[in-house]
Amino acid sequence: METSPAGPPVRPGDELPPLEIPITRTLIVAGAVASRDYQDVHHDAELARQKGSPDVFMNILTTNGLVGRYITDFFGERAMLRKVAIRLGAPNYPGDTMVLRGTVVSVADSAGGPAGGPADGPAGGRTVDVRITGVNGARNHVTGTVTVTLPEPPEPPEPPGSPGSPGSPVAPTPPAPPEVTP
Amino acid sequence: MSDPSEDLLKRLKEYEGQAANVAGIGKDLVNEPMIRHWCEAMGDANPAYRGPDAIAPPTMLQAWTMGGLSGHTDRAAAWDGLFALLDAAGCTSVVATDCEQEYLRPLRPRDRITFDTVIESVSDRKTTALGTGHFVTTRMDIRANGEPAGTHRFRILKYAPAAPAAPAMPAVAAVSAAPVVSAASAEAAAPAEADGTSKPRPRRPRPVVNRDNAGFWAGVAAHRLLIQRCSGCGTSRFPWLPGCGTCGSAEWDAFEASGEGTVYSYVVMHHPPFPAFDPPYAVGLIELAEGVRMVADVTGVPYDKVRIGMPVRLEFLRVDEEWEVPVFRVEPGPAPVGSQASGQIGAAAEGGG
Repeated sequence: METSPAGPPVRPGDELPPLEIPITRTLIVAGAVASRDYQDVHHDAELARQKGSPDVFMNILTTNGLVGRYITDFFGERAMLRKVAIRLGAPNYPGDTMVLRGTVVSVADSAGGPAGGPADGPAGGRTVDVRITGVNGARNHVTGTVTVTLPEPPEPPEPPGSPGSPGSPVAPTPPAPPEVTP
Repeated sequence: MSDPSEDLLKRLKEYEGQAANVAGIGKDLVNEPMIRHWCEAMGDANPAYRGPDAIAPPTMLQAWTMGGLSGHTDRAAAWDGLFALLDAAGCTSVVATDCEQEYLRPLRPRDRITFDTVIESVSDRKTTALGTGHFVTTRMDIRANGEPAGTHRFRILKYAPAAPAAPAMPAVAAVSAAPVVSAASAEAAAPAEADGTSKPRPRRPRPVVNRDNAGFWAGVAAHRLLIQRCSGCGTSRFPWLPGCGTCGSAEWDAFEASGEGTVYSYVVMHHPPFPAFDPPYAVGLIELAEGVRMVADVTGVPYDKVRIGMPVRLEFLRVDEEWEVPVFRVEPGPAPVGSQASGQIGAAAEGGG
């Protein structure tokens, strides 16, 4: 999605727009191979069935990658993932559809660059915790929390001479997160 | 005299704090092709992962440490010992349940990955819907060019699969020979004691679908009951088999059953109970209009009202969110003509869940 360089404004309680991911056999196999996971249950349906699974199913590394993508799709390319913690529930099988959703839990000003990587990280900015769920049918495939840092201060600077009074020209503001429809 | 399970737990706990691998080395330097393949698979178009200043997607952290097809050569003895101990205790299956990663600095092409892994904890024996077993939590510290780059905490359940289906459960007649266990589901791996309020209903066992019977199950998925017919002598046969029992020919085709049949025989199942079924229930041997017989649930009347000779009609019963089986409903009075077998009826009368 489109985001401004500063990223969207975020407040606790904000909901990210949902991302619907069709779970195809191709996605499951491509994700397993891209993550170098050659467990047969992720690419060989016959062997998966012999092990009691109705079909191949998505590996945890792919789920992790999709969760990371969901967050950076929303917050933009300058957002830095700091922590991704997920727990798996119901498996993702071919033909399923997973809907990822996120809710902002907290927003804090970052004291400085991230530990261990001052040259790589933003100075200042905000640290945002997002609680995520990935629902497959009526069941959770994944639940978890993602911590991401955003490089810019939360509000764009006011243009000179316009103290924010009603009717004054308004500086371009980042788009608000779209409404989430159930 | 000591309890053998306490002995096992004591031996398992001795692995806590031991190294699962030491000075592991990523098989590839961080590199653009693997990043691009990852982004293609994930559908991730983030520009940060492209171009001269590209970083690797942080969630790739574990991928750089994977053994791949050639496997790991740097596992420590403790890891193998722990797995051997669990295997010997019957906990032969593995499912991943949790992944917690912290990213200390971005990874960039040509970074050299090294890592150390410690066995953080081995849980008490837990009973889950998948079976009983132990959660094993490891923590991997990952470095890039010698600098700390991230931590990767991973939890697996190493478990003994729950007992297979009771033997007398012939609703899936074509494939009843092989034992079938419930689908591996990490959701089912949640410890039972963690949430005693919402215990999911066990699912019906799955048939083993193989080359010999795949056509039959493909037919079921399309709501068509397919009967094999020998191309050599024309004899119809069911269940599906690779060769003709009459002439031995391996050539065959298949045709769709009309769905009409009669109860040729039946049994009422009282015991043993199986978690996905509510005994007593009737299991019929149905003689199809085409002459072959198949075993299937009889629905539409109480289990004690099933009688030999009753006319029945094919339906497809959805037993859970992803599984349908052919069943036969007793026809009320004279059989209606021309009514299509109705699909996806609710699991009602028999509580077949």
